[in-house]
Amino acid sequence: MKITAEEVAHVAALARLRLSDQMSAKLTEQLNDILTAMDKLAQLDTSGVPSTNHALELTGAMRPDQARPGLDHQRALANAPDSDGQSFIVPKVI
Amino acid sequence: MEYEAVIGLEVHAQLLTESKIFCGCSTKFGAPPNTHVCPVCLGMPGVLPVLNQKVVEFTIRAGLATNCAIQPKSVWARKNYFYPDLSKNYQISQYELPICLDGWLDIEVEGENRRIGITRIHMEEDAGKLVHDPSQPVSYVDYNRTGVPLMEIVSEPDLRSPEEAGAYLRTLRDVLIYLEICDGNMEEGSFRCDANISLRPVGQAEFGIRAELKNMNSFRGVTKALEYEIRRQRAILDEGGKVVQETRLWDADQGKSFGMRGKEEAHDYRYLPDPDLPPLVVDEAWVERVRSELPELPGAKRARFMEAYGLNDYDAGVLTAGRPLADYYEAVVAAGAPPKAAANWMMTDLLGALKAEGREIGQAAVKPQGLAELIALIDSGAISNKMAKEVFAEMMATGKGAAKVVEEKGLTQVSDEGELEGLLKEIFAANPEEVEAFKGGKKKLMGFFVGQVMQKTKGQANPKLVNQLVNKLLGE
Repeated sequence: MKITAEEVAHVAALARLRLSDQMSAKLTEQLNDILTAMDKLAQLDTSGVPSTNHALELTGAMRPDQARPGLDHQRALANAPDSDGQSFIVPKVI
Repeated sequence: MEYEAVIGLEVHAQLLTESKIFCGCSTKFGAPPNTHVCPVCLGMPGVLPVLNQKVVEFTIRAGLATNCAIQPKSVWARKNYFYPDLSKNYQISQYELPICLDGWLDIEVEGENRRIGITRIHMEEDAGKLVHDPSQPVSYVDYNRTGVPLMEIVSEPDLRSPEEAGAYLRTLRDVLIYLEICDGNMEEGSFRCDANISLRPVGQAEFGIRAELKNMNSFRGVTKALEYEIRRQRAILDEGGKVVQETRLWDADQGKSFGMRGKEEAHDYRYLPDPDLPPLVVDEAWVERVRSELPELPGAKRARFMEAYGLNDYDAGVLTAGRPLADYYEAVVAAGAPPKAAANWMMTDLLGALKAEGREIGQAAVKPQGLAELIALIDSGAISNKMAKEVFAEMMATGKGAAKVVEEKGLTQVSDEGELEGLLKEIFAANPEEVEAFKGGKKKLMGFFVGQVMQKTKGQANPKLVNQLVNKLLGE
């Protein structure tokens, strides 16, 4: 086993996912399959191959530092679950 | 047992850009909630971040000024956590491959120099602001600050005392202000500091278990929180206990820190390279251009002021505390004022008056040329030092030139030898007994003669010259 049911539960909790026991068992199995497949790739000799952080060979897209007006206030709050016309309102966190 | 503290600091410095790091929203402080927001910083689906070039430029500047190696390629990462201050549920930051590595900063503590290592500097976006309502079970979220560019500067665990930590912070802040990339305001949160601190028995090489301190929003707060933590950990270790690795929040009002509970999982940030942002490539030419444009830094300027203007360490330190102040001083000297006199006038009269007015050097009514003019009037004997104080006060109040104030107030000092001699002869003739007594050795009467001259000239005689003339006329 590459990954245990407890680890799957931990990662699910971090991602705020609520999993049924059945789903948890299924995902544990699938994740183990994926990690086993990665083992196969790990057999390749990659010494001398630079690591890839990104799929595209793109670099350098930047913009000049210029401010422009933001969204209209009401539009910005249009999707808020709750609002007082100024702020987004959420259940208390502290 | 004797313990030694091991301290490392993480500083978050807000960069002085016009717009946010990944979108064009304004970074201005103090706007009504959620007015500097757009689909990018609100984390709406389908948007893409575009990097602000100035954020990179400023971070290169900071990296070079702290002797870091600027990485030709660095990578953006997502730091994942769920909290309403994050609109996207991840913060764009740099993790494994930051833009600056392996620098150092020299600090001075009680006259001794120490070199403090800088592990890394990376760029990231700030989070939003939460306001909690004490009377209702809700929190209010303002995303204006979301996406404001920050630089995180991480020191090596090279600091050994709260004093060293304070000196490092001040030195770093001065450098960033000199670079004009951060305003360094701790109270407003544009320069924030977290600390990692552990104790170990003196002589032991390996580190003890550390605590992370947060929520210190002043230099004093940092020093106090570290002192408190040293006492707290020492008490635990002395009783044979074990320090728990945790994050603690400093409460400045109570002068204590408190452990944050239930946050163990929050540290599991599951960093991953951000697929929305290609790696950042900084070429050699860019780095060299920034290097060539770096201003003189506080330490170098201070040394030069001592060398070039003959100032002592303290005076040079005061006058180089800020770039505008140092520039003002050099302008006064360039306008012809003797360096020492210029320093004295600035440190006592000018800075005193500005402090009383609550103004910055750039807002002073007296410009460098004006102060130099005033000092020249004293040097030429046209006005006395005492008169100059009055003239200076008037210049600060009205913005008028020194010569004009002197003329308007009729303050010109009488330095005409012939005129003063004439007056003295009249005084001698009217006071023969005092003259005889003076000649007989009662030198204290000098004050009497000078006083008489001052009375007749309404205080405008050059006292030094009167002294010389009395001695000359009464035969010395």
